[in-house]
Amino acid sequence: MPLLDIRDLHVAFPSGRREVEALRGVDLTLERGERLGVVGESGAGKSMLAFAILDLIAPPGRITAGSIFFDGRDILRLPEPAIRDIRGNRISMIFQDPMMTLNPVLTIGTQMIETLRAHRDISKAAARRLSVERLKQVSIPSAESRIDAYPHELSGGLRQRVVIAIALLTEPEIIIADEPTTALDVTIQAEIMALILRLCRENNVGLILITHDLGVVAEVTERLMIMYAGLCVEAGPTRRLIDAPAHPYTRGLLGALPQKARRGARLDQIPGSMPPITALPSGCAYHPRCPLATARCAAEAPAFRAGVACHHAERAESRA
Amino acid sequence: MHILAFLIRRAVQALVVMFVISLIGFTIQSNLGDPLRELVGQSVSEAEREALRGEMGLKDPFAVQYARFLSKAVRGDLGTSYFFKRPALEVIADKFSATFELVIGATLIFVSLSVPAGIYCAINPQSWPARAIMSFSIIGISVPVFLTAIFLVWFFGVELGWLPAFGRGETLALPWGWETGFLTADGLAHLLLPSVTLSSIMLPLFIRLIRAEMMEAMGTEYVRFAQAKGLSPRRIRYVHAFRNTLLPVVTVGGLQIGTLIAYTILTETVFQWPGMGFLFLEAVNRVDTPLIIAYIIVVGLIFVIVNTIVDLIYTLINPMVKLPGARA
Amino acid sequence: MISARAFTTRFLGDPVAICAGTVALVLVLMAATAPLIAPQNPYDLMQLDIMDSEMPPSWMPGGDPRFLLGTDAQGRGVLSTIMYGTGISLLIGLGAVAVQGVIGVTLGLVAGYRGGWIDSFLMRLADIQLSLSTLMMAIIALAIFQTAFGAATYSQLAIPILIAVIGIAEWPKFARTVRASVLAEKKKEYVDAARVIGLPARLVMFRHILPNTLTPVLVISTIQVAEAIMIEASLSFLGLGMPVERPSLGSLIRSGFEFIFSGSWWITLYPALVLIALILALNLLGDWLRDTLNPKLRRGED
Repeated sequence: MPLLDIRDLHVAFPSGRREVEALRGVDLTLERGERLGVVGESGAGKSMLAFAILDLIAPPGRITAGSIFFDGRDILRLPEPAIRDIRGNRISMIFQDPMMTLNPVLTIGTQMIETLRAHRDISKAAARRLSVERLKQVSIPSAESRIDAYPHELSGGLRQRVVIAIALLTEPEIIIADEPTTALDVTIQAEIMALILRLCRENNVGLILITHDLGVVAEVTERLMIMYAGLCVEAGPTRRLIDAPAHPYTRGLLGALPQKARRGARLDQIPGSMPPITALPSGCAYHPRCPLATARCAAEAPAFRAGVACHHAERAESRA
Repeated sequence: MHILAFLIRRAVQALVVMFVISLIGFTIQSNLGDPLRELVGQSVSEAEREALRGEMGLKDPFAVQYARFLSKAVRGDLGTSYFFKRPALEVIADKFSATFELVIGATLIFVSLSVPAGIYCAINPQSWPARAIMSFSIIGISVPVFLTAIFLVWFFGVELGWLPAFGRGETLALPWGWETGFLTADGLAHLLLPSVTLSSIMLPLFIRLIRAEMMEAMGTEYVRFAQAKGLSPRRIRYVHAFRNTLLPVVTVGGLQIGTLIAYTILTETVFQWPGMGFLFLEAVNRVDTPLIIAYIIVVGLIFVIVNTIVDLIYTLINPMVKLPGARA
Repeated sequence: MISARAFTTRFLGDPVAICAGTVALVLVLMAATAPLIAPQNPYDLMQLDIMDSEMPPSWMPGGDPRFLLGTDAQGRGVLSTIMYGTGISLLIGLGAVAVQGVIGVTLGLVAGYRGGWIDSFLMRLADIQLSLSTLMMAIIALAIFQTAFGAATYSQLAIPILIAVIGIAEWPKFARTVRASVLAEKKKEYVDAARVIGLPARLVMFRHILPNTLTPVLVISTIQVAEAIMIEASLSFLGLGMPVERPSLGSLIRSGFEFIFSGSWWITLYPALVLIALILALNLLGDWLRDTLNPKLRRGED
């Protein structure tokens, strides 16, 4: 039994008088200690998926159907205190922008100690000692004094290290990292990614890494899930997906990757952009941008079969 | 070091404001006040008046006269009230405690009501009590404060006869010469209706402000992160969100001191509350120029002091401000 | 901006807006046609009879059918004084907002367009003025005027003085909005484009900016008229505004206040109700206009 098992998850938002779906039936599994990459352009519903796992969809959005089994229990059927016991304790989260994630009027120490004390019966002094230890683990220099600093006194890179330290505080089983390096300076992105990878390996923590950058997940994750317009369009082992993508969208993403393109070759951007969830095209949501699209694609949505949701999966594969 | 730079900066600003106010005060005095009126009667001839004017320095150049006015003012001499025949500043000082206690009473009421109401409306914006509070607040904004006052006087003072509607009631003199109504049951009863009136003008404003700021804070990333950390809703609301609404609320609150003083004049008039505002209006009706000037200068001073205190609180509760005044 | 048709549809679909609009319209019409429809002319001393003073509303014992809402201490019909008084309140409110608008829009354009020290100076001045509170400044200014001119001369000049004082005290609200629009507009490409092809950027900008600021100016104006009427009423209640011989709603309440305790409540109650209705209707209309014309703000409210 996988540690995390999400089945047919639907999330909807009211828009005018009707509801539109941001997630349209997503499946996801994660084994203990496994690292999964969730990839797609912005608007695909990746962050929505992350928040849904912790049952933290911001109203007026809501989960309309599906189940999220964590360690054998459906999170969506748990009472609020039991969910809070999982959030930040057994499953923790790293947000995108460390400038916005930490509360500006509370010290780093306060924000760490409160997390520990929300989940452990532990004295303030002990919580503080443990916090300093975690800050050292994420290589924050002079952690003993930095713990009393306010967030604005730290650089973006250091703040993200603090956020990672908070995520690790309670020795979680899964960390969900939502674009953890996008908001950072290019020079420290690799450093932070390497830190997350090292800590997950050392502590056997499962990782769900959400990103729009296939280059990053290729190095860190074991399995990939490609999302488009609220659906998973392709999933499988990272190596296979990168070497032999079955879905034209995965191929498009790979083509847009600088490392993959041969020297001198043109970098292929996918033409057009992701449709907004309020105006999804008929049939396969990708068909207006797809080079392989036929009349069938516009009429009928492809089912998810053998790791891919495409009417032309074989053709795509043969061309790869 | 920082706090010293801040104090110097504030002191310079305060001096500029006080300079402008004193200039206004002096202009009124030199154009409207006739110092001879209090010294001599109608019987004195025009020639004698001219001689006296010269003697008193009223023919000196503007700058010289202003310097004299200023040096007297600094020593606390703002002229003698025509009506009370006592130093104007002393007359005002006697009334200060009444106005001060009225403002404190009103502040206690509107702070203790607007904070819970604002937070409640922010957390349950669609609930019927929240909608009722918001409707009440737009009606509250639309009712002039003197009508609130008249209604309270008529309803609780006249129709029901539950509460006294006029004056300050029984007061106690504290050792340092302060008259307080806080320590007697009668004084507190008299304080109630005027305080409610004065707070009614601030209440809708603060409810709307706290609600808006709180809703904004509840939608921030750091509140989502706090939720993802598994904190209790209580801690998220009061420690994470509400702490962040304090800054704008203190800033806007400090800006309201001018409005609050203005409304004490209306409130004191209806309740015949023996404070500075009531005194000022009487002085206007009696054309008691020195008292009018003294009131303007004292109000200016209060304004400057309160603003400095508010700025100081702002710097103390905001960890982001290392160098005060940098936000301008 | 939304089309006139969508605007009308929204208006007709919102009962609060219809009520507020109707009340405001009725009161404005009543005030504008007061000389034609009022039962008496309260300014005409020949029509007044001291024997008619302090009569209750006509449906009460001792009431007189000539005076539907009763009479005041001078024997003036309360209904007639309200009709004329509403006119004076509205005149001062609209006049003051016109003054605010002209000063505020001009200074806002100058501050936004010129920038630099002029901008800093004007905005600092605006900050200080807003924090001093309009009512406080108006009370002090009017106290000084009254002391300077004497009550008799002052009462002749009351309307223009009130318009000027409330107008000058409240300009910052317009100036800030207009300045923000100018700054937003300055960043747009066509300003650069105009500069490149040698058109005076100022001309192009003003041609774009003025229509763009029209919406916020309209919204602010509505709420500011309510505010100005409230301030005028407060000043008149204190005896610093309109004299009792030419009463606004505020001075009517002032003159009625002393009679509440002798039982003649109608002298105060009816002008008070009309005053609250007028201010509330304008505030609700202003809120509704803001919500309708500025979708960005509306999303925040929802």
